[in-house]
Amino acid sequence: MVRILIPSGALGLGYDPDALERGIANKPDLIAIDGGSTDSGPSYLGRGVSKYARSSTKAEWAGLMDAARRAGCPLVIGTAGTCGAGSAVDWLLGITREVLADTGQSAKIAVLKSDQAPDDISAALAAGRVTPLPAAPEIDVPLIESCTNIVALAGVEQISAALATGADIVIAGRTTDTAIIAALPIERGVDAGLAWHAAKIGECGALCATNPQSGVLQVDFESDSFVLTPLAEGAHATPHTVSAHMLYENSDPFLLYEPGGVLDVTGARYEALDDTRVRVTGSKWSPSDDYTVKLEGARVAGFQTIVLALLRDARYVANAAAWAEDIVARCTAKAVARTSATEDDFSIEIRLIGQNATLGALETRLGDPVEIGALGLVTAKTPELAGEIGKLLNPYLLHHPLTRDEEQPTFAFPFSPAEIDRGAIYEFCLNHVLRLDDPMDAFSLETFDA
Amino acid sequence: MPELGRIVEKVRSKNAGPFWLTVDIFCGSQDAFVRVRDGLSTSGVARILDTPAQTLKRFDIEDLAVVKLSLPRPAVQGTTADRDMHGAALAALIAEIEIP
Repeated sequence: MVRILIPSGALGLGYDPDALERGIANKPDLIAIDGGSTDSGPSYLGRGVSKYARSSTKAEWAGLMDAARRAGCPLVIGTAGTCGAGSAVDWLLGITREVLADTGQSAKIAVLKSDQAPDDISAALAAGRVTPLPAAPEIDVPLIESCTNIVALAGVEQISAALATGADIVIAGRTTDTAIIAALPIERGVDAGLAWHAAKIGECGALCATNPQSGVLQVDFESDSFVLTPLAEGAHATPHTVSAHMLYENSDPFLLYEPGGVLDVTGARYEALDDTRVRVTGSKWSPSDDYTVKLEGARVAGFQTIVLALLRDARYVANAAAWAEDIVARCTAKAVARTSATEDDFSIEIRLIGQNATLGALETRLGDPVEIGALGLVTAKTPELAGEIGKLLNPYLLHHPLTRDEEQPTFAFPFSPAEIDRGAIYEFCLNHVLRLDDPMDAFSLETFDA
Repeated sequence: MPELGRIVEKVRSKNAGPFWLTVDIFCGSQDAFVRVRDGLSTSGVARILDTPAQTLKRFDIEDLAVVKLSLPRPAVQGTTADRDMHGAALAALIAEIEIP
């Protein structure tokens, strides 16, 4: 009834070209790929940039543009450029134009943008249209105004609108990972529960099968079921691998909230058709009373300079925690004395790599390391202050003795300069939904002939 | 008592959006599942993760022989206090819990 080809979990991660060829030969109705998520942290949304290399993105995107042309079907990407902010969408649009120019082809392109003006979100907050999700931070107008990017996650309605333009290529800003896969089946009358469920299973490509990094997955929708077929040689989907994928990155493996409703897979049945394909039935969709889309926002949380020193002397390794604590206290006092900053303007932390840098206070094991990396983190309200305090921290990490009377020690610095300015650091600050009267209210759609 | 990691197939932890973490314990057999389901106390896990037990979501999924735990992130992803962007290392902490 409807056949969707999913080349991989994200553009930039690579896909198996032989498996993609098989997918093209099977004549899909749509090729859908995800461009990103919040997975890699707030800096990408904060800056509106992609985490993947431009060269990989261009090579893989060119391959998918060619695949869609040969298959005679549209190509759609959601959350373009990792974060789906307007600048990242424009980046991928530029790459698309470049590929078209390189190959002497033309195409109709639809661009769906998900960017939200802070003023609009502040007004929506005042109007009671913005509601917190579980574990959401407190928000107010100044916080919203301080966001460098706010995006709303589009659902199937907005993707369907983009597909309805007749575009060969749809480049979408932030969408839910699932919307790009679920939109066309729902448009063609497939049950919404099946469509969203298939989309959730398929959004990471062949991650729901054995040989997960092979990427390419085909999803076939029938009137009462969908069938998953991984297309790489040696990749097999089983009822176990498919149903277990509902666990992945989901805090609840049975309920999935999407724009316009909730997917419930509690009653879903997974059946092996052979050793490669799995048929799924029984997923349920409950429409919600209100149409809401999730919001994501990021803002600058400070500026950071870091310094790394390596301790190899056994006595310093054994006493690293006390040594680091003493340095933080002394350097904090010196920073207050020598700059115009107060203690509220900055923080200094030293994480001991080899001791508990990963888990911090949660660490339960005491090891006996040969060496320890002392990672000094200076976070401050301005880049100048972070850099200045990084320079104050430098001599401590190089020479600070455990006791006053001993000969001055020297520790290993792997770099010169030892201070590394990381620039602005960002934080996610929205975990809310926005209520819309019309699904297109918060989104913009444009088409180009390129 | 053996560590949980020694009696199950795999423990995986991952971010579930910027504000939640989730831990999947793939037990690998019904025997191991029953042992983990009955032997892993939710309050004990909450104590080890230093998180309030009432915010810890737990799913004992017999069909998959999986015990799943989800919790709000103690430090929101990417903030200065966050040490582990993808929540990858919690799995090791859970795997080291001793199970009767």
